[in-house]
Amino acid sequence: MQVLYGRHHVRVFRFGFRLVRDEQIAEDLISEVFLDVWRQAGKFEGRSAVSTWLLAITRFKALSALRRRKDVELDDEAANAIEDTSDDPEVTAQKKDTSEALRKCLTALSPEHREIVDLVYYHEKSVEEAAEIVGIPENTVKTRLFYARKKLAELLKAAGVERGWP
Amino acid sequence: MMAMSKKILEQEPSEIEMLLPWHAAGTLNARDARRVDEALARDPELAKQYAVIREEYAETIHLNESLGAPSARAMQKLFAAIDGEPARSPSASLNLSARISEFFAKLSPRTLAWSASLGALALLLQAGVIGAILMKNQAASYQTASLSMNEPVTRNLKAGTPPRALVRFAPDARVADITALLDSYQASIIDGAKGGLFQLQFGNKAMTKDEIANLMSRLQGEKIVNLAVAAQ
Repeated sequence: MQVLYGRHHVRVFRFGFRLVRDEQIAEDLISEVFLDVWRQAGKFEGRSAVSTWLLAITRFKALSALRRRKDVELDDEAANAIEDTSDDPEVTAQKKDTSEALRKCLTALSPEHREIVDLVYYHEKSVEEAAEIVGIPENTVKTRLFYARKKLAELLKAAGVERGWP
Repeated sequence: MMAMSKKILEQEPSEIEMLLPWHAAGTLNARDARRVDEALARDPELAKQYAVIREEYAETIHLNESLGAPSARAMQKLFAAIDGEPARSPSASLNLSARISEFFAKLSPRTLAWSASLGALALLLQAGVIGAILMKNQAASYQTASLSMNEPVTRNLKAGTPPRALVRFAPDARVADITALLDSYQASIIDGAKGGLFQLQFGNKAMTKDEIANLMSRLQGEKIVNLAVAAQ
């Protein structure tokens, strides 16, 4: 378990952190996730990578944690409202720093867009694996990421950063 | 009609276009990767979009890497919770050994980055656990290696119980080597790597003191074993 933990806990933490946006809750998620793994190791059927299994459990726990939080509603509107407070692309654009603006706008994406971007780009999940983790059809994974990227382009454009797409 | 078709085409991304992010991440299968490469070679607009995607890809990694790592509190909480779990039966333990091997075999190559702080902490914990075992390992009883803050569990010896040992494998030991060692000693892992130590059980028959001493000596002589201490 220690080896498994050592290899995966940072990524589990980061994935959870990006979903719940609270370091303490993200840390609590880690122990919950790995304790579940310890208890349910017999149910792991080996059809997917361990990291895919871990991220699926993390996602489920993160959404449950969000539901438990009194001050956060899970619907996109409320989630986006929270993001808006932390997002400051205009200020970033004034600095003429495209990279920083990109990172700000990645943070400003909706939870479901953020999640799919992270899974594909950072966690290097295939279409099939991302579909398994999020629990949606593979075609939806592809279109969701496409529209996440379009939204990202819109946010950047609003911040004064034009990249030539779309 | 023509205009409407064009509008639909503008709104709906093509299959190749939607695969570009996976191409940037290198997670497409060979067939799709070839299709995307061919499309990129003949379509400058697609290539332009791909350049944008590669930028997004790099910044997403940068953003995630900047999130840091969790504190040791998370690990302490986890292992304290595991210590509080009900004991597993021997048959379940045999499965655990297989499951651990399977976990090792399926680890993603890109997740090999180890936390330096975790490694240091693990070494400290190992040192503490080994010290505690050596201090308290008496003729008629032993203490389990544990991260728990609770009172240690002490078990009495029973006649006919197969011998057990706390074993620490070398850091560079490969899973295949560990599995081969377990097979050659007819051993099974009956408890996880608490403080870096695995609890092993050997065969299904009791051994004399001399046999156990001989077994420990052989184990200690194995290249992939750093430490082997009889647990009963």
